[in-house]
Amino acid sequence: MELHGFGHLLLAGTWVTLQLAFTSLVFGLLLGLVGAAAALSPIGPLRWAAVGYNTLMRGIPELLLVLIIYFGATHVIEWMTGAYVDIGAFTAGVIALSIAFGAYATEVFRSAMLEIPKGQREAAMALGMSRWDSFRYITLPQLWRLALPGLGNLFLVLLKDTALVSIIGLDDLMRQAYVAAGFTKLPFTFYMAAAMIYLLLTIVSMQVIQLLERWANRGYRGARA
Amino acid sequence: MSELVLTLSQWLEALAGDAEPWASYARYLPRILDGVWLTLELVVLSGLVGILLAVPLALMRVARNPLLWMPAYGYIFFFRGTPLLVQIFLVYYGLSQFDAVRDSGWLWDRVLSKPYWCAIIAFSLNTAAYTAELLRGAMKAVPRGEVEAAQALGLTRVAQYRDIILPRAFRIILPAYGNEVILMLKGSALASTITLLDLMGATRNVIARTYMSMEFFILAGVLYLLIAAAFIGLFRLAEHWLNAHRRTASK
Repeated sequence: MELHGFGHLLLAGTWVTLQLAFTSLVFGLLLGLVGAAAALSPIGPLRWAAVGYNTLMRGIPELLLVLIIYFGATHVIEWMTGAYVDIGAFTAGVIALSIAFGAYATEVFRSAMLEIPKGQREAAMALGMSRWDSFRYITLPQLWRLALPGLGNLFLVLLKDTALVSIIGLDDLMRQAYVAAGFTKLPFTFYMAAAMIYLLLTIVSMQVIQLLERWANRGYRGARA
Repeated sequence: MSELVLTLSQWLEALAGDAEPWASYARYLPRILDGVWLTLELVVLSGLVGILLAVPLALMRVARNPLLWMPAYGYIFFFRGTPLLVQIFLVYYGLSQFDAVRDSGWLWDRVLSKPYWCAIIAFSLNTAAYTAELLRGAMKAVPRGEVEAAQALGLTRVAQYRDIILPRAFRIILPAYGNEVILMLKGSALASTITLLDLMGATRNVIARTYMSMEFFILAGVLYLLIAAAFIGLFRLAEHWLNAHRRTASK
């Protein structure tokens, strides 16, 4: 494919896309863990908040969320602190994508937590471990293994959703393809090139997820045979 | 219908008086409702075309002949592995790169240069890939005994698929297909990026006039949630109705 010297632009965009995806992944995972802890907490209002968060995000388009954060966060910050803070496209993108990822991750973590036998938590309690220690040393290490397949799928969704942030002007892969298509009048070539890069990122992510899954399940390999 | 909405809008505006955002909500009600309607149209139409495409795709995908399953596999992989936004832009902006497309007369004038049809095409192709993958999984989940029974009765392969496997597969995918429709509803907001005035597009259009960005974004969010709830309700009903055979047994 002839890219008329725009290849480096697409690569620069790919780098931005990756930064966006991984930053959102980190915050999204944190949100998901907090959400799952809230969903399983004995405190009613926390549980309702978790359910509300999940339900809301399931029905609201990610594009709308991106726009709300980009245009709305400044208002909210100004209203709360009185200071005018202009948040950039990258920050807005990370916030929106983390919130979207976190909502679905809440569900993944919640069902993974439920899969861990209750007896283990009871054993931890019997040993006199605090609730936090029991979560930190008993639940969390196993959570990882149980949640990985679900989280892997969510990451692939997140990777594709990063393209939405191009609409608020972030110079990600999608936006660079748009710019290059405008300059060269070769839209098909550049959108197809972008599609191929997204596809490549998807393939690499799938391989990495598979490796992680194999690593997480290393203690179970013998038992399965 | 549109006169009724207009009357309602004027009546609500009078009722709201100076109270914002309600007065603006009332004033722009007709536009926003047009947007809701277009969003529904895009989702339902693309959903139907998507199912029609998904059946042959899924059948090809489960075939043993590599000439059949490989193209289906590639198609599904491409549409599930790339962002929907790229797919929409490929159809709407991308195709115009080719002279053959621009010189295709009726096809270009009436279909491929129109954002409405491009959105329908992109959404249909996209959801077909996801639905085909669901169908493939469901066809494998049809109990072995039922397929064997069909074979024992001497049904041809076509009849096996038409009368036994596919109807069963459709019932199996119903809950998962409901999810897919909700995802498509969320994805349909991307139609606004190619100038369509769907709910998202109408909302952005109104915001450009009123500068009331938060108020109208939140209204749009509430409306999307209501539409999603309506779809979920419909799918619950369909499940209840299609799985009638399970109802008495589970009592």
